[in-house]
Amino acid sequence: MSQTDLTIAGVGGQGSILAGVILGSAAVTYDDKYATQTQAYSSELRGGFAATWVIISDEPIEFPRVTHPDVLVAQAQDSINRFGEMLKPGGILICDSDMVQEVPQTIERQFRVAATSIARNRLQAPVTANMVMLGALCNVTQVVSRTALEKAIAKAVPKGKEQINLEAFNLGFEQVKNM
Amino acid sequence: MQNNKRVLKGTHFEMGNWACTEGAIAAGCNFAAGYPITPASEVANRLADRLPQVGGTFLQTEDEISAICSAIGASWAGCKAMTVTSGPGISLMQENIGFGVSTETPLVIVDVQRFGPSTGVPSVGLAGDIVQVARGSHGDYQIIALCPESPQEMFDLTIRAFNLAETYRVPVFLMADGFIGHMREQIVIPEADQIEIKQRKIAEPAESVLDRQDFLDVNVAPMPVFGRGLKAHVTSSCHDEHGMRNLSDPAVMHRYAIRPIEKICTHRDDIIQVQADCADAQIALVTYGTVSRSARAAARLARKEGLKIGTLRLLTCWPFPDKEIRQVAEQVDDMLVLENNMGQLYPYIKAEAAHACHVSFLGPQTLGQIHDPEFIFSHIKELIA
Amino acid sequence: MSTSTHPLKKYTRSHIMRTTTCPGCGIGTVSQAILRAIDELELDMDDFVFVSGIGCSAWIPSPFYNADTLHTTHGRPIAYATGVKLGLPDKHVMVVSGDGDLTAIGGNHLIHAARRNIDLTVVLVNNGIYAMTGGQTAPTTPRGLTTITSPHGTLEHTFDISPMIAAAGASFVARWTTYHPRQMTRSIKKGIQKKGFALIEAVSQCPVQYGRASNLGDAVSMLTYFKDNSVRISKTQKMDAAELQSKIVVGEFVDTEKAELTTELAQVKNKLRASP
Repeated sequence: MSQTDLTIAGVGGQGSILAGVILGSAAVTYDDKYATQTQAYSSELRGGFAATWVIISDEPIEFPRVTHPDVLVAQAQDSINRFGEMLKPGGILICDSDMVQEVPQTIERQFRVAATSIARNRLQAPVTANMVMLGALCNVTQVVSRTALEKAIAKAVPKGKEQINLEAFNLGFEQVKNM
Repeated sequence: MQNNKRVLKGTHFEMGNWACTEGAIAAGCNFAAGYPITPASEVANRLADRLPQVGGTFLQTEDEISAICSAIGASWAGCKAMTVTSGPGISLMQENIGFGVSTETPLVIVDVQRFGPSTGVPSVGLAGDIVQVARGSHGDYQIIALCPESPQEMFDLTIRAFNLAETYRVPVFLMADGFIGHMREQIVIPEADQIEIKQRKIAEPAESVLDRQDFLDVNVAPMPVFGRGLKAHVTSSCHDEHGMRNLSDPAVMHRYAIRPIEKICTHRDDIIQVQADCADAQIALVTYGTVSRSARAAARLARKEGLKIGTLRLLTCWPFPDKEIRQVAEQVDDMLVLENNMGQLYPYIKAEAAHACHVSFLGPQTLGQIHDPEFIFSHIKELIA
Repeated sequence: MSTSTHPLKKYTRSHIMRTTTCPGCGIGTVSQAILRAIDELELDMDDFVFVSGIGCSAWIPSPFYNADTLHTTHGRPIAYATGVKLGLPDKHVMVVSGDGDLTAIGGNHLIHAARRNIDLTVVLVNNGIYAMTGGQTAPTTPRGLTTITSPHGTLEHTFDISPMIAAAGASFVARWTTYHPRQMTRSIKKGIQKKGFALIEAVSQCPVQYGRASNLGDAVSMLTYFKDNSVRISKTQKMDAAELQSKIVVGEFVDTEKAELTTELAQVKNKLRASP
């Protein structure tokens, strides 16, 4: 049974949870896989912590809670402080290098993507940093196909914003390739 | 988004609360009332949007008391009615849940349970209301309560809740929790004609209510729905078969109290659903709701190591599946009851099973976090040792 | 010996032979005003659903009226009636209950139904006391009055129900006493016909509980008190607070047309149905 457990975390307003919803939706709707997505956030809608847990599997998922993820996507230093230690041994960390200063030495497989500056400087849309991270995640893990994610993004984002979000996703995807 | 369809056929990746709403609408719900409360609000929010699109009505009430009362009123007006809330709202509704029971009103009450007691932790799921929905209103009564374990079952069992409510003229609870209410997973909605929908029987006109049996039939009296010239007399005070109040005849009091209980007990085989996977098992993990998923994962882990572990899942927790529990108890050496609370159903299960096997309880490693399968597995190993 | 049948008897369940009210109670007067209003409007009992709560006056429609009647829990008839009306928007839904039921335990539902301006007709029988449970003080009991739960005098201030519900947004509000049965009948007729929330506050005598607590005595002396102390709302402008203190202001407080909930809901549904 192939199953991947993921945590995507950031601070409120960065769109971490939306990224998790899109990931799960892509798996279920376009890749014919099984997925669960859960989330937690602080009471303040902006600036508090936000995290989503996604499980993607080839078979129906029994236990839907992520305890030790295979992949941690960290959009803020707070995310690493909170969830870094839970990463499975040999797990993958993908972090936004603009937002993260310190990464524990124990995490060997690290991918640093300047998602916020890419979104701000190349797209003039800092809110699309989550899509940059999703692009990087797609390329690194291949947990969901690129086409499935592209379709899921186009469906999930507000009308008229499809193109810029897909561009952000592709920039993230290419960024990893060029590492 | 505008959509006049009652049944949104297809595969969706949405929250349990979304699935519950769509299940209600697919079942023919045309009236809902509610008051905002975490973690149930998404159901009411979506009902407010969807119901008017399919010709129904959503009312945001001034409190949960008004929500259940107006839902009961709408049911008597002929609507398929529901309300949705969480533990604190159920606490407020209790007196009028008793009214719904006593007047034999078809009604669905969705409880997206949360961490209590009191205001507790709104966003964290807990099976905190299992006993209060069955025993929280005063007096003796019987209730139907269904326990989904996934967003898909929040769709399927919401439909079943409406069908049972209509068939038996009773309030039916859907006992979801904040975890699956807020969890997204695949939800497969079939074609409309693949969904079985039940409608209540309606009384025929008569010269007087004295010429008609409107209440207290163990095989379900046709309902004298309002607005059809049936001149129904409806009271939750002690009443006879015609609905007429009677506070002086002990025989009427007896029938008034026990017939609605007997109505559910008589049809318990049709109502109760369990999933037993206990063939050759030495230990049965007994669960309901979200924790059932942990139990299956733990049983799989244990079987990999050659341990004979089975599972018994209660899809219906009320009426209590006494017979089904006894049957499994007589097959196994041990029953381990897993609940995401401090053991609300455990005493009831123990009462049925303890004559035949050893029965013990295991709450989650951290209350509010559903059991980790590894945690259950290590406990099983201790149990065997 | 010739027999005669009461002209309103046709509106009641034929097998109910006696009422639960005490001798001298004002409830009979209010009940007749309701049935007369329906009779004069030439409406059928099948056009109505009656909803009542707990207390003496909740027994006006249930079990007596030969119609759909819903006898609910204490304080909640307006909440139940709201659901009935939303399910049957073409029926007249009337709530009949008392001051304790509708303004104490059920006060929140009353003001919110008025705010929503949902098309209900509420006949609120105000006897100024909890009568059925033995004469306890109510939100409507005059300050200073000694009752069994205010043995040292009622210390709290009193709800002035009609102006309160007018302020909450009702389309129609009137107050009369049982000394004014014809005016009360006229206002109930208006309330039934009004598309919107209508409150008719019926100040009524309870000689057994209130009469004893207040020393106002029997029904006749209480009705005399209502007669001597009622003031038409039109005349109150020239009166100061001290003059009005012990008076019962009667008349129509509000009679207006405004957007009503079930009509608005129907429009929303029609709009949604028409759009693709």
